[in-house]
Amino acid sequence: MTGQRLDTGGRLIDRNKRLRFRFNDRWLTGYAGDTLASALIANGRTLVGRSFKYHRPRGIVASGAEEPNALVGLGRGARFEPNQRATITELFEGLTAESQNHWPSLEADIGAVNGALSKVFPAGFYYKTFIHPRPLWKHLFEPVIRRAAGLGKAPKMADADRYEHFYAHCDTLVAGGGVAGLAAALAAAEAGKRVIVLEQSSAWGGRAPVDGGAVAGTPVEAWVAETLAALRAMPNVHLRARTMVAGVYDHGYVIGYERVGDHDPAVGGPRHRLWRIRAEEIVAATGAIERPLSFAGNDIPGVMLASAVRDYVVNYGAAPGARTVVVTNNDDAYRTALALKRAGLAVPAILDARPKVTGALPAAARQAGLSIRTGAAVARIKGARGVIGVEVCDQDGSGAVKDELACDCVAMSGGWSPAVHLWSHTGGKLIWDDARAFFRPDPARPPVGANGAPSVRVVGAAAGYLHLGDILAGGETPDEAPLAPVWLMPAGAEIAKKAKMFVDFQNDVKVTDVELAAQEGYESVEHTKRYTTLGMATDQGKLSNVNGLAILSDALGQPIPATGTTTFRPPYSPISMGAIAGEARGDLFQPIRRTPMHARHEAAGAVWEPVGQWRRPYCFVRAGESKDAAVAREIRTTRNAVGMLDASTLGKLLVQGPDAGRLLDMLYTGKMSTLAEGRCRYGLMCSENGFLIDDGVVARLGPDTFLCHTTTGGADRIHAHMEEWIQTEWWDWQVYTANLTEHYAQVAVVGPQARRVLETLGGMDLSAEALPFMHWAEGTLGGIPARVFRISFSGELSYEVAVPAGHGPAFWDAVATAGAPYGITPYGTEALHVMRAEKGFIMIGDETDGTVIPQDLGLTWAISKKKDDYLGKRAQARSHMADPDRWQLVGLETLDGSVLPDGSYAVADGMNANGQANVEGRVTSTYHSPTLGRGIAMGLVHRGPDRMGEVLSFNRVDGGRIKARIVSPVFYDPEGEKQNA
Amino acid sequence: MPEAPVTVSPAPVVGMITLKANLAAPAIASAIKLATGIAIPGPRRILSDGAVSLMWMAPDELLVLCPVAEVPARLSRLSDTLGSAPHLAADVSDARVIFDVTGQGWREVLAKLTPADMHPDVFVAGELRRSRLAQIPAGFWMEGAGSVRVMVFRSVAQYAEDLLRNAVDQTGRIEFFNTP
Repeated sequence: MTGQRLDTGGRLIDRNKRLRFRFNDRWLTGYAGDTLASALIANGRTLVGRSFKYHRPRGIVASGAEEPNALVGLGRGARFEPNQRATITELFEGLTAESQNHWPSLEADIGAVNGALSKVFPAGFYYKTFIHPRPLWKHLFEPVIRRAAGLGKAPKMADADRYEHFYAHCDTLVAGGGVAGLAAALAAAEAGKRVIVLEQSSAWGGRAPVDGGAVAGTPVEAWVAETLAALRAMPNVHLRARTMVAGVYDHGYVIGYERVGDHDPAVGGPRHRLWRIRAEEIVAATGAIERPLSFAGNDIPGVMLASAVRDYVVNYGAAPGARTVVVTNNDDAYRTALALKRAGLAVPAILDARPKVTGALPAAARQAGLSIRTGAAVARIKGARGVIGVEVCDQDGSGAVKDELACDCVAMSGGWSPAVHLWSHTGGKLIWDDARAFFRPDPARPPVGANGAPSVRVVGAAAGYLHLGDILAGGETPDEAPLAPVWLMPAGAEIAKKAKMFVDFQNDVKVTDVELAAQEGYESVEHTKRYTTLGMATDQGKLSNVNGLAILSDALGQPIPATGTTTFRPPYSPISMGAIAGEARGDLFQPIRRTPMHARHEAAGAVWEPVGQWRRPYCFVRAGESKDAAVAREIRTTRNAVGMLDASTLGKLLVQGPDAGRLLDMLYTGKMSTLAEGRCRYGLMCSENGFLIDDGVVARLGPDTFLCHTTTGGADRIHAHMEEWIQTEWWDWQVYTANLTEHYAQVAVVGPQARRVLETLGGMDLSAEALPFMHWAEGTLGGIPARVFRISFSGELSYEVAVPAGHGPAFWDAVATAGAPYGITPYGTEALHVMRAEKGFIMIGDETDGTVIPQDLGLTWAISKKKDDYLGKRAQARSHMADPDRWQLVGLETLDGSVLPDGSYAVADGMNANGQANVEGRVTSTYHSPTLGRGIAMGLVHRGPDRMGEVLSFNRVDGGRIKARIVSPVFYDPEGEKQNA
Repeated sequence: MPEAPVTVSPAPVVGMITLKANLAAPAIASAIKLATGIAIPGPRRILSDGAVSLMWMAPDELLVLCPVAEVPARLSRLSDTLGSAPHLAADVSDARVIFDVTGQGWREVLAKLTPADMHPDVFVAGELRRSRLAQIPAGFWMEGAGSVRVMVFRSVAQYAEDLLRNAVDQTGRIEFFNTP
């Protein structure tokens, strides 16, 4: 093939604007308005890639999103992107592209040997061949296959571009800016609707400007311009080019994929924009896609869709070949022959598979002096890396060659298939149109919305109306005679020919592969698809689908509708990962919740720990200090003097109303309604199934008012839990809740010197007499309004001070200053965890895992026996819940003082039915205790509390065992003298 | 004249009171009117009188905006007028922060982040929209024609500000909304 730029023509290019671009190692030139594909054709670049499996030379086939072959790696470095379609890549100055799947070079590819071995690569080859022996798959077969097969390379650098989402709402969303789409948009807009029209390409009008025709005497191109102008003038219409409708979903949800900057990276701004649209009505005006013909050598570069050939000539002034043979089963392809003739290019013959050719377009071709051969077919394409000729035979027959035609391009047309994808995404059904040989939307079975009404309307070629006269009132195009379905060319082709007929170009699936699958018993089209990989490539079978299932139907001896189609799923064609992510990358990847003192912690060397979306300091590392050393220092300082903890993340739920106490009595296992004002009480919450879901301290603020502290992770969950019960079960109770977590900063001041530190701030009497353990008081500390809870999660004298969040940093600073003479240190979550474990306090999520009930944890003291009911009470009375054989909480002390591995199991005698060692307990929390100078742990052990002093054997990942003795879980200050001080 | 870019800035600090009660009860409605001077707004509405605003947050929940210094007095006024009627009233002034997003194109900035319809026929003055900005909950309402106020929880204020600025920074208007 000798592609070239024609001297004239090219309605989309600007010959005054030359652009330089690079393909592999060559700099080439094109014009503004070119696609990469049209520019490559104009530069005579026929060969653009190698095929997936056999590494066969491949050229450009199509002119739009359906292109299977011309996939390139686009850009470089942080802007490299594989598998970009040259046919929809608009040319810009400096564009860099490389062909894919070739080694060492596109022209001399070693992998092409695969093609010579194609007999040993039949359908299902991988499944059949690489099953045994199993280990070889991982170590030999897979690495080799991965190198040989596959298309683009993965980018190696982070994407340098920006992306965004945009939410839009409208009454009518029109997908497709062709004649049918513009007409539908105008009608909706004139009816006063809010209308959005999305067109995937940069040009409006669809195929009409190339294919011609008239509307009430006006050339259709002029009609498009007029209609566009009318739409642009209407304030209720938004037109968007370069925006593809990628998917239609339930409730009128539509995803549009706008390629904002791809055509000109210099403009800046986001590269892609993902439109997230809610539409009352969706109109699919997505046109139709031309089908290839299955003849031997139909994948050789230079064999193209007939419509694509005339697109390149008319739109870009780029001729794919100097001599083009047209092969067709329909009248439409004659447009290509005529366009080529008009452009001064040679058309040696039109091979028409139909025995009789009578339409108006063939008549025009005859009049133009073109040679039409009826009942004719391609026996074989001659050429390897490009077409050099066609062997002609009769369509009815096995392919006996009658003569040869020298040519460098073949324009093929097997008819058209409506682009039914958007109709099908939400379940619209298709009907086989026998007369026109395509699947089209079945008007009787549309996709329906929540109200049962059709949710997608389909118009134009997508609905099966291929002719202007059927789409527009007043539309005029030449009458076309019916096509003859041609699924094999010639009809009686032998196996050697069929083995060279490609159905799916991108995945290298041939007619013989589909037939073999049928022979092996694959009857379902969905199974055949997966077995042969037909239609599974990035083009999602846009060219191969109908041809493949027609061949399958023939092999199965059943009509095409009995075979049916595979499922059409979004996206219509691939969209970028960046567009899906939108702004969610880098700092915006996920919201990070910061406490009011976050900046203080950062400055103090906090090592951050994610706790849900919060970031909490794990510890505060000083210069030259390891994390372990920091944790040990924080604990020792707190135990011996005083420490301070940012406890702002703890949930703070206000419960208020005459029935507040009644509600809390149901939510907690303990009795909260009897709590006196000014007092605090520790409480446990269980699910209806009895399992422990949260714990925390409840403070009674007033006669009808309680403040419930939850765990950090429980704040939103427990608030929702409360509201669910109030709203669905106890809706008649007079009680309201509010989540005040964010309103307060909370600082725990902990340690023997805690009282002195707070007294230095001044403003409240915090003496043991005025504020005993488990009491709270309100006042001001250092001039800041404060609510002080005397509660302890460390076993030390401890105050948790809540101040309005805006005062948090000032209060934190004030405590730090007041504590300085005592050596106060901020401490993090790890010190918090170790200190609570030293004291035997449980942690939700460590000692609990959704299967643990309070009784397992020795917390029966926190379960009221005086209450008729609470959530979980009945579940806890079930036989297995009350079983004394349940594993229960104990402390564990290693005999050698080492730290037990987290999650370690206590190994018991014997094996279970699966041949695994029996177990009798597991570690739930394990730490090195700087206070005790040894490892401490808590665990759940079979009948644990009855087995004090027994030694258990815990497993290690390396297969070893560690012996640990069952002890009380309270390792530190069992009498509570410190916290009560 | 080149268009002024949209700006994102912290709004003046304001006092906030969460009020939960049976808003459908006439006695409660008149008590709230008595305490705030403002009638209960309809669903998704904000009603203002001078420095005080009432926001409809949920069928049983209002948010009162007022000068910070007035919060204690207004809280006690509310509990006085509501008397024994079951309710919850709490100072939540520090739970949220508010940003002003100002300048032509603010609708587009928000439409990049929220699924709520920002069309000028739909999102109008007097509407309080509680929705989502990317991954966080947010409430927003118009403050004059050229500005929108965006309210988020305090812990995600940094994220919200980064989010809004990032949306502003993208070059070029989409020009989806045919008004400023």
